[in-house]
Amino acid sequence: MLAISLCCIYHSTLLAEEILVAVASNFSSTAEEVAERFEQQTGHEVVLAFGSTGHHYAQIVNGAPFDIFLAADAERPRLLEESGITIEGSRFTYALGQLVLWGSEQILSNQPNLLRSGEYRHLALANPRFAPYGVAAMEVLESSNLIEVTENKIVLGENIAQAFQFVASGAAQLGFVSLAQVNSLPDSQRGFVWQIEPSLYNPIRQQAVLLSDNPAAMEFMSYLKSDSGAQLIGSAGYGLEPL
Amino acid sequence: MNLANPDLVALWLTLKLAGISTLILLLLGTPLAWWLAHTRSRAKVAVEALVALPLVLPPTVLGFYLLISLGPQGPIGSTLESLGLSALSFSFAGLVVGSVIYSLPFVVQPLHYAFAEMGARPVEVARTLGAHGKDLFVSVVLPQSRRGYLTAAVLGFAHTLGEFGVVLMIGGNIPGETQVLSIAIYDHVAALEYGQAHWLSGGLLLLSFCLLIFVYSINRRFDLVKPR
Repeated sequence: MLAISLCCIYHSTLLAEEILVAVASNFSSTAEEVAERFEQQTGHEVVLAFGSTGHHYAQIVNGAPFDIFLAADAERPRLLEESGITIEGSRFTYALGQLVLWGSEQILSNQPNLLRSGEYRHLALANPRFAPYGVAAMEVLESSNLIEVTENKIVLGENIAQAFQFVASGAAQLGFVSLAQVNSLPDSQRGFVWQIEPSLYNPIRQQAVLLSDNPAAMEFMSYLKSDSGAQLIGSAGYGLEPL
Repeated sequence: MNLANPDLVALWLTLKLAGISTLILLLLGTPLAWWLAHTRSRAKVAVEALVALPLVLPPTVLGFYLLISLGPQGPIGSTLESLGLSALSFSFAGLVVGSVIYSLPFVVQPLHYAFAEMGARPVEVARTLGAHGKDLFVSVVLPQSRRGYLTAAVLGFAHTLGEFGVVLMIGGNIPGETQVLSIAIYDHVAALEYGQAHWLSGGLLLLSFCLLIFVYSINRRFDLVKPR
């Protein structure tokens, strides 16, 4: 019996490869869709590990067995490339992050200058020290002269997923999150969404790098670049950089 | 102290959180541990299990429940708001509530064993000699169980120093309010500031080690989970 089951496990690994992908938390729901479609097409199995890009970076530098890194910025993939950990020439921008201001149902007014009005207790951001969406949010606050008004209201999530969850749970009334996160919610839970003028922040280039020579991982990278992959990413709420 | 240095702010905040939580825990823990040591009630087993829960539960469970109950939408947060107070999420007070629950077994269990070891006899004797209330507690119970109190205080303090998951979930990382040392270390790692992460981690390691050395040296037979 044991021999049979061992034999089956051995056999299945021959047929389909498993790839392990470190995914920036803002991209989690989109990555699930992309991975599902990829699995259907190829029969490979994609295991996704969500987290903040800074921590993934630290893990990869210290030998974490990821095949692919889908980062929330361009900086960390570039650093990995420089240290020679990545497969040469694999780095590319898979998505352009779009920042939105999101208010839960409790925000009653839909006025454009809500941020300035100060009629909210907490404004959630990702930590601008290391989270790209947090950096972008601070750029928006700075360029709109909103730093002083919001200073005492800011609460920081470790990454954009936590900032999102602070608003979703009702603990914070407003937050800067990614459009894709709000899009992943059912319509009834979307609350108020204000698009942020892209000229107010530097583009959030989310880059991917290949970390192993696993052929299935290479296939996944190609799939991300393909029309079908790009279409999924675009409709989830990301911009795309012309290749 | 140079208050402009965020790491020192985090250190001070962590010590303050641990100190206040430990004081509250000693105050709450004393009657609870006394009751546990002397009751014959059937509820004792259930209360003991409740007190020990934070030893086995992931901090995320506590953090999750606190986040949804302390916020302005939650039952506790909304009650406080209707009383004209503010909700506790993203505040130092919220962290104190979290820490008190999180470190409860580390204070109650040593007190419980100290009271149980002391037995009912010293109190009975003191009563027949005319001691009551505060006098009885200060001159009989406290001296007899002082090792238990020291152990409880040091462990409660040390365990709160090491709190991370709960704070991560309900804190919001506000400098001087909710950004404690463990969070500052986590952030230094994410920001690739390994030098500062090393300083803080090494410091915390040394401090915790010294605190535990103290606990074990005053209490050679101490065993937190299976005491008797």
